[in-house]
Parts: sequence; C-alpha cells; structure tokens
Amino acid sequence: MFDNEYFNLGYLDTLSYRDTVIHRLDPRAKLIATLLFIVTVVSFPKYEIAGLLPFFLFPVLLFSLADVPVKFILKKVLLVSSFAVFIGIFNPVIDRRTVYYLLGVPVSGGWISFLSIMLKFSLTITSALLLIATTSFPGICHALQKLGMPEIFVSQLLFLYRYLFVLTEETMRIVRARDMRSFGNKGKGMKAFVHLVGTLFLRTVERAERIYQAMLSRGFAGRMHSVRSYRFTGGDAAFVGATTAALYLFRTHDIVGAIGRFSMRVF
Amino acid sequence: MHMADALLSPAVGATFWAGTIGTIGYCARKLKENMDEKMIPLMGVLGAFIFAAQMINFTIPGTGSSGHLGGGMILAVILGPYAGFIVMASVLTIQAFFFADGGLLALGCNIWNLGVYPCFIAYPLIYKALVRVDSSPKRITVAALISGIAALQLGAFSVVIETLLSGRSELPFRTFVLMMQPIHLGIGIVEGFVTAGVINFIRSSRPEIIDSAASGRPLSSGTPIRKVFIGLLIVAALTGGALSWFASSNPDGLEWSIAKVFGKPELPEKETGIATALKSVQKRTAFLPDYDFKKPEAAAKGNGRSSWPAVQPGTSVSGIVGSALVLAAVLLIGLIIRALRRKSA
Repeated sequence: MFDNEYFNLGYLDTLSYRDTVIHRLDPRAKLIATLLFIVTVVSFPKYEIAGLLPFFLFPVLLFSLADVPVKFILKKVLLVSSFAVFIGIFNPVIDRRTVYYLLGVPVSGGWISFLSIMLKFSLTITSALLLIATTSFPGICHALQKLGMPEIFVSQLLFLYRYLFVLTEETMRIVRARDMRSFGNKGKGMKAFVHLVGTLFLRTVERAERIYQAMLSRGFAGRMHSVRSYRFTGGDAAFVGATTAALYLFRTHDIVGAIGRFSMRVF
Repeated sequence: MHMADALLSPAVGATFWAGTIGTIGYCARKLKENMDEKMIPLMGVLGAFIFAAQMINFTIPGTGSSGHLGGGMILAVILGPYAGFIVMASVLTIQAFFFADGGLLALGCNIWNLGVYPCFIAYPLIYKALVRVDSSPKRITVAALISGIAALQLGAFSVVIETLLSGRSELPFRTFVLMMQPIHLGIGIVEGFVTAGVINFIRSSRPEIIDSAASGRPLSSGTPIRKVFIGLLIVAALTGGALSWFASSNPDGLEWSIAKVFGKPELPEKETGIATALKSVQKRTAFLPDYDFKKPEAAAKGNGRSSWPAVQPGTSVSGIVGSALVLAAVLLIGLIIRALRRKSA
C-alpha cells in the first residue's frame, strides 16, 4: 500500500508533464476554471440529480483531450470516497419520505439526496485530480502566487513537493527494514514508531541544514526564483470564458429536461 | 477525517476558505517580520517529513487496528504556531491535490480544522501554559495528551458544524456529535501519546531544537490572538453573506438554518444582482408541469417559489429519457475525441 501511494504520486507527476492542448494552458486558467466548476457543482440544492448530469461533459472532455488514463483516476476517486459515503449513507436511513415512484417502485428522499451527494463527490474529486494530472505542481504554485497567496506559503509548497520524494523513499526504506524485523504485530507498536519517527526527524533537520548551506553557497538571499515563465494568452482567456459560459448555461438551464421533452416529441 | 466537497454548500466552503486564507496571510506577515532565512528550507523539509511520517503506520495498543500521525501538534511545538500552521496548510494542500483527500473547496475547511485548532488554540492555551523549558518528560506527555485531544475534538466538532450548515446531510446534530466526538477522542489520545513520544525523543537527543522554539518564537504577548479571531469571524461572516447568493433559488442549508434562527427564510437585501438574474432565467426556462415535481404541501404553500424542501428529481419519463440521453451524449463525445486523437497520433 505504501509503495503504491508513492507510485501514484510519481505517476501523477509524470502525467502532468505531457504535452497536449490542455497541458499547454496557463496554470492560472486551469486553476480558476476548476474552482468555478467545483463551486457551481456544489451550489446545486440537496435533491438535485438531473441538473448535475450535463456537468460530466467537463471531466469527459478533459480525459479525452488531455489523454489522461481514466481507470487510474477513477480508482483514486473510489479510494477516497469513504468519508462522503459514510456521512451520506445516513440520508436514506433518516429521510424515508417517499417522494417519487420510479416505474412503480417508491424512492425515498434520502436515496435521492444520497445519489446527489455521490454525483457531486465524483464530479468535484475527478476535476481536482484532473487539474493535477494536466498541470505540473510547480505550475500550480506559480498560479497560486500570481493569484495572491503569500510568497512564503508558496515557497513552502515548492520545497515540500521537492523533498517529498526524497523523504518518502527514505521512509520506505525504514518501514521495509522494520517490517522485515517484526513478525505479526510484534515490533510495530507505538514505542518503535516513536523511535522511527524521532530518528527520521533528526535526519530531516540535518538534511535541512545541509540544504540551507547549499542554497547559501549558490547565492540564496531569501527569495525563490523560477526559470520558467508563464504567459496568460488570449487562448487561456478564451478557455476560462468558454468554461464560465458553459457552467452558467448548465447551472441555469434545465438541459436534461429540455432534451427529454424534445426527444419525446420527436419519437 | 477530511471534510468532502460533496457535503459542503458554496457559502460554507467559501467562508472557511476566507478564514483559512486570512490565517495564512497573517502567519506569513508574522513570519516575515522576524524570520531567520534558515527557516525556509527547514519548514519545507519538515512538511515532507510530516507527510512521510503519516505514511508509517503502527499498531494501537489493545485494539490491534493501526493508526498514523496527524502532525499538527508536533509542528506547532517544534516550529511555533505561525510556521507550524503554514507547514500544516501546505501538507494538507498537497494531499488535496495528489490524493484528492476531500477536494479543493473542502481544503479551506480541512486546513481550518486540522491547522488552526492545534496551532492557535491547543498550543498557546494548553501546551504552552503547561510546559516550561525545564519540564519533565512526564509533564510534557500530559500536556501533549491534553492538547492533542482538545485539538482533535475541536476539529471533529468543526466537521459537524460545517456539514450541518451545508445541509446536504440528513444527520441530526445530536447523533452526528455523538458519533464524531468519541471516535476522535480515541484518535486524539493516540495522537497525544505519539506527539509526546516524539517530542521527548527530540528533547533527549537534540534539546536545542525544541528549546529554541519554546523560548525564541513565543506567541507575541498581549491579545493579538483574540484580535485575529475576531477579525477572522468578521471576515468569515461578511464573505458568507456576500457569497450565499451562489446558493441560487432553492434555499440551501445555511439559509435553512438562518430561517430557523431568524424565522425568515433568508436574510433581507440579499437577493440582488446575479441571484435575481439566475432566478428569472430559471423561471423563463420553466420546468414544465410534467417535469417539475413538488411535494403537495410544499406546492400548497409555495406561492410561486419553491419552498424547502423542494424535491425536483425529475419525475416524468421525459426526465429519465433526458438523463439517459445526456449521459450517452457525454460518453460519445469522449469516445469520439479519443478515437480522433488515436488516429492522428
């Protein structure tokens, strides 16, 4: 499980350096569009189902245009669904009013609001993962800084991301060594854990001192610089504009109802 | 526990984002005033350390299940509240992006729940009050235990409040609290012991690291912490009010609870600009009677606008046909684009 998490992290990072239409967009444009999308989806009332369906167009477009492996992302979405399911599953238990008959089978309000929560969950989580699969993390940090996040927080994120891989590899070695020396649950208690984490901490502090010295010798004076420069082009503006317009249309118009009525009239 | 996007309403999510961003900004300013450049790499690498340490699991005595570290308290003790908060916020941000823990809208809530309580309540009010530079390991264990439990209880309670205000879940307050708090009491005790263990370990091998945090970077004296909180509350209330028009024509949880408190469905003077525009567009695009489903009593007292709780799942056949067609169309678009790309590649 540990190795798997690490692999996923690295894989998402690799995905983000591909070169497609979506990858080439400015990180700011993608971040803003994603946030707008999430807020719009979440703004639907509790019992909404039909209105949420057209929104699946956005992840599907991103999946296909950016060539992101669908299975990989969906697996990750399933993995983190526990809290939303855990809280949402109480809706059908508590809200038992029958509000609707589906082909003669009574459906309670609770199941409808639960389904609504699950739809919102898959839309929001998928879009967040798609953002990181199509945008490099330093790019997102850059966008955050341009959008007004304090510099120290952004440099903190960059540092954390850079050393994440180093420290997880070190931790993987430590955990593997512990697991090889412990049988069953013996040796996996809190005492051993505290010593492992303590040692890891001391090594980390020493590493930080070395890093600082290395930075100083390369002329560090309190600021982090980036070589790559991003430009917010007309294409990026068009992307944000089109997304906003589509979101507004989907939010305010009953697309599903209209298509349903239209098709009923045709056939 | 991580709050999830799907359980939030936009107003609640935005309110907690406002509080979180305010706190980050405040901490950044504080750090800028008196910061050692050396802290920048130290903070970054310690963030990675917390991340890695969270991946090591251990057996919880007596239960056989396994737990892992949260980290907020350790960071506050080692780095002081300001730097500790920034590091915790960055750890949670990376988790939200790469593991999709909770989601991006819920990230504001998560940073608030897991960062503000340990760094700005449990650490200054409990831990610092109990521990001196020359305290015994036992005293540190007690202090870490109490503050760890307090921080997690507050965080868990916060999740309850956020969920209830959003109104997406049916869970009644009492049940929810009775469910969340005991679970997090257990987690808090484990977290407290682990925090104490790690702090004592560091103190015995590199005492100067902890001592410099304890003496060199205290919370500035006086009442600024209280001022910060009052400021944050005002910001939160303002943003919450300004952003609740996002909630559109159907009252969401926040409006519903406002209705309970004030006896009116919405705060006055709120419906301006986009909210009215949204509503008029919605009315014009008109749900046909055969599509629109209202509960009889809701329709009776509805007076033209749907009242809480308005259920519009799409009752008629046209709703179901429409849903199926939309999903099919979406899927088809994806498949076509994929096929075209394959061809061109």
